[in-house]
Amino acid sequence: MGLAGFEVEVQRHENGGLATEDMTLSMGPQHPSTHGVLRFVVRADGEVMKEAIPDIGYLHRSIEKIAEKVGWHGFMPYTDRVDYVAAMPCNQGWAMAGERLGNIEVPKRGEYCRVIATEFSRIHSHLLSVGSMAMDIGAYTPFTHAIREREYINDLLEELCGSRLTFHYMRIGGVGWDLPPGWRDKSLAFIKRFEPLVDEFNDLISYNKIYTERLANVAVITPEDAVDFNLVGPNLRGSGIKYDVRKDEPYSVYPELDFDVPVGRGEMGAVGDCFDRYIVRMREMKESCRIIRQCLAQIPSGPVIAKVARNFKPPAGDCYIRLESARGDMGWYVVSDGTSFPYRCKIRTGSFSAISIIQKLSRNLMIADLIAVIASLDLVAPEIDR
Amino acid sequence: MARPERFGRGSRLNANEIHARLRARFGDAIGDLAGARRDNFCATVAPASIADVCRFAKDDPELAFDCLSNLSGVDYPKRGVIEIVYNLYSYRHRHLFALKVGAPRDNPVVPTVSCVWAHADWQEREAFDLLGVTFTDHPDLRRILMPEDWPGHPLRKDFVEPEEYHGISTSRESLLKA
Amino acid sequence: MQQLVDSLLGPQASVPVWVAYFGAMLAFGGLVVFGFVLPIAGITTWVERRVMGRIQSRIGPNRVGPAGFLQWLADGIKNMLKEDIVPIAADAPLFKLAPYVVMTGFIAAFVAIPFGGPLIIADLNVGILYVTAVTSLVVVGILMAGWSSNNKWSLLGGIRSAAQIVSYEIPAGLSIFPIVMLAGALSMQQIIKAQGAAPWHWFVFENPFTFLAFFIFFVAALAEGNRTPFDLPEAESELVMGFATEYSGMRNLLFFMAEWGNLYVIGAIVTTLFLGGGRLPGGLENAPAIVSIPLQFAVFFLKSYFWVLVAIWLRWTLPRIRVDQMMIMCWKYLVPLAFVNLLGTAAWMVVFPSGLEAMRIALFALAVVLGIAFLIRVRYHLRRAGLRRDELSFNPLAGARVPGLG
Repeated sequence: MGLAGFEVEVQRHENGGLATEDMTLSMGPQHPSTHGVLRFVVRADGEVMKEAIPDIGYLHRSIEKIAEKVGWHGFMPYTDRVDYVAAMPCNQGWAMAGERLGNIEVPKRGEYCRVIATEFSRIHSHLLSVGSMAMDIGAYTPFTHAIREREYINDLLEELCGSRLTFHYMRIGGVGWDLPPGWRDKSLAFIKRFEPLVDEFNDLISYNKIYTERLANVAVITPEDAVDFNLVGPNLRGSGIKYDVRKDEPYSVYPELDFDVPVGRGEMGAVGDCFDRYIVRMREMKESCRIIRQCLAQIPSGPVIAKVARNFKPPAGDCYIRLESARGDMGWYVVSDGTSFPYRCKIRTGSFSAISIIQKLSRNLMIADLIAVIASLDLVAPEIDR
Repeated sequence: MARPERFGRGSRLNANEIHARLRARFGDAIGDLAGARRDNFCATVAPASIADVCRFAKDDPELAFDCLSNLSGVDYPKRGVIEIVYNLYSYRHRHLFALKVGAPRDNPVVPTVSCVWAHADWQEREAFDLLGVTFTDHPDLRRILMPEDWPGHPLRKDFVEPEEYHGISTSRESLLKA
Repeated sequence: MQQLVDSLLGPQASVPVWVAYFGAMLAFGGLVVFGFVLPIAGITTWVERRVMGRIQSRIGPNRVGPAGFLQWLADGIKNMLKEDIVPIAADAPLFKLAPYVVMTGFIAAFVAIPFGGPLIIADLNVGILYVTAVTSLVVVGILMAGWSSNNKWSLLGGIRSAAQIVSYEIPAGLSIFPIVMLAGALSMQQIIKAQGAAPWHWFVFENPFTFLAFFIFFVAALAEGNRTPFDLPEAESELVMGFATEYSGMRNLLFFMAEWGNLYVIGAIVTTLFLGGGRLPGGLENAPAIVSIPLQFAVFFLKSYFWVLVAIWLRWTLPRIRVDQMMIMCWKYLVPLAFVNLLGTAAWMVVFPSGLEAMRIALFALAVVLGIAFLIRVRYHLRRAGLRRDELSFNPLAGARVPGLG
């Protein structure tokens, strides 16, 4: 079996009498920069990689099998753990699946609460993503600034639903709790403070010459490859394809909201390089601020949850839900057999597709670039392995 | 492939038209149209011809299913099949359709579609790993989530968890007992 | 120092002269190493952590001692008490020797580093050459560490470091030559004496070529010291800890004491060569020793430590450059530029044998203008960000507001 657990072809090169051999490195499950417990078996000739083969499964918790055992309502906390960096959209996916199968309509106020929570989660996740990316490239300061802002969002969401990371805020039929009194003003105060800080973040790191040199023209993903490998979200938009599930296959109250979809335009290099994916995330944070402001202005009064039986038994059938999580289009294929336990729940996440393209992207990249690529694709291990 | 900036609105077909088009080309290999909602419409496909159907679905300019949005395996022991569900999406035309392949449960073998969409490569590996479906002509069919030497296929309905794995016990005594 | 001992001994010798010299050398060397170098290395860690904290909107160490001032002592004691781990597959003799080689290379430089005024252990007549040569010894130590760890990641870090330090020796050395030409000597004290007390009499403002040489030297010195943006050998996010991955406890601390102490060495060399050392205006220099020596020491120390702070600031602001970009920058840009400086200074010395006062003053004025423009820019950004002063201030001793609590 060898180091990798699978066969890795190691080549010898003859250079005029001096033979060299490729080095097989394990960018192991414990590494400061693989975002989560991931492993790459890197075959490198010095600093230049021949190939980086991803090896996943270290964080596999059989969440899909658990769904079949714990029931419709009981599965909701597990969905937080599917992608704990942006947990609200995962909640929403499962809730939407239950509602689609059970023909339940969510009250308007509930939908608005969902959108507000999801957009806060999106900002939360993107802050971590751009912060970690800066840290991986070597600038430790933007990371701490991003975490400082995240603390404010953590406080807001803690007040909303009691949790700072795994929220369990949404329910099948609506959301768990209404917005607390005074929360609206606090959120608006935070948004007002946060939007100029995105510009400051850009000043600090985004257009720094060293930073752009590290990211420009690195790992360019063509639009054809992006679609072929089913890249979604900022990875897809970074390659120039203007597609956002919220705009193009709208759900919830997104048709009533006005926002733009940032697309990578090849500002610093080719379209679809690491810098494009990074800057798309920066701009999406500002768009999320816009959405939250509109929601807080337009939110109607009323109940936040529809009446759903405790022993929820949707009719038999299947559904395919797509929603825009922080990492892109998340697909939930849920099959019900009429009992109070789901029959099958398959979650197709953005990071799963993104990591599969790394083997192709990594040819003739440097090891330092691999770090930039992993960070720019915004991989989170729990999403990949479920 | 369309211009990178925008795929353009294209012409969205409804499920009947998509099904009719597939039927016209492949005849009896395509089952009847089933489903009630846009995300639900599907047609069964005979296992042997799934690769050709998918190739046609991608290359045909009217269908243009350029994206394999999802590939799930579902175990139906009562019906005796493991069903592979292909959720296809077209960025150009913005239509959605599902194809279902029923592989017999005792020997589930399905041709691979990784030659059509690169994304199918890893999704089929996952179906192989968790459900035991073999995909013929797959470039690299090995386990992806479970360890290489794990016995059995966990997502099957009749999967029994092994007692131990390399000496580590898989059960834990209840903490509530004295 | 030799004169000092001679003046203390006087004409009658109750001990053999060589014993007196040897004893004085040991005493002074010990005083410098244990009383100055090691505390400076330790205190620099405290300064770095507090300044880093403020730059990153957080506090930094604040538990051990007032404002966390004794944190470095606590860390030192902790590291000395740690388990001594040598990996089984590592090459034990080399593994154990490597940190000491690095420390030797670093501490031996202090033999020829002046401390202001007549304070210097040995004013070698090849002073700056000796310092440059001896600080290159760390390459050997780092390579030993990377290789003997028997760890591919350490090896990558060691190789990167060897490539980096060896490459950046060249622009550093080439930037020293203009100064040596201007001063007419390699000896550190002579170079200081060739400069004046007033800023426009420092070598950095002597002519545009030395001005440029100053920046090239500082960048090359940062690269030699493995500081961000050149910290590839210990790039934490890529190589875990690079060459020092397998090191723990005191050995690890020795590597990093060498790094932080090296910052002071860089500052001291920059001050000596370019910023006039500890020169004071004439009247003060001729004052009695009890007044002038501490003043010169203070001036020299402050000038050197300023560059330590600049290096810390750069580290926590800038990202890291990639190996091939670093090599390109060195060989394609810095080396040709350093050659241009060398030739330019030589030409300048021929055309203006005693320099051009107007040019000196013009360059000094330019530096002042740049400094003021920079400060105005900083004020603009602080105003625009609208953050409260206690969230973003450079003062390491300022308190900080903890977000989320009131």
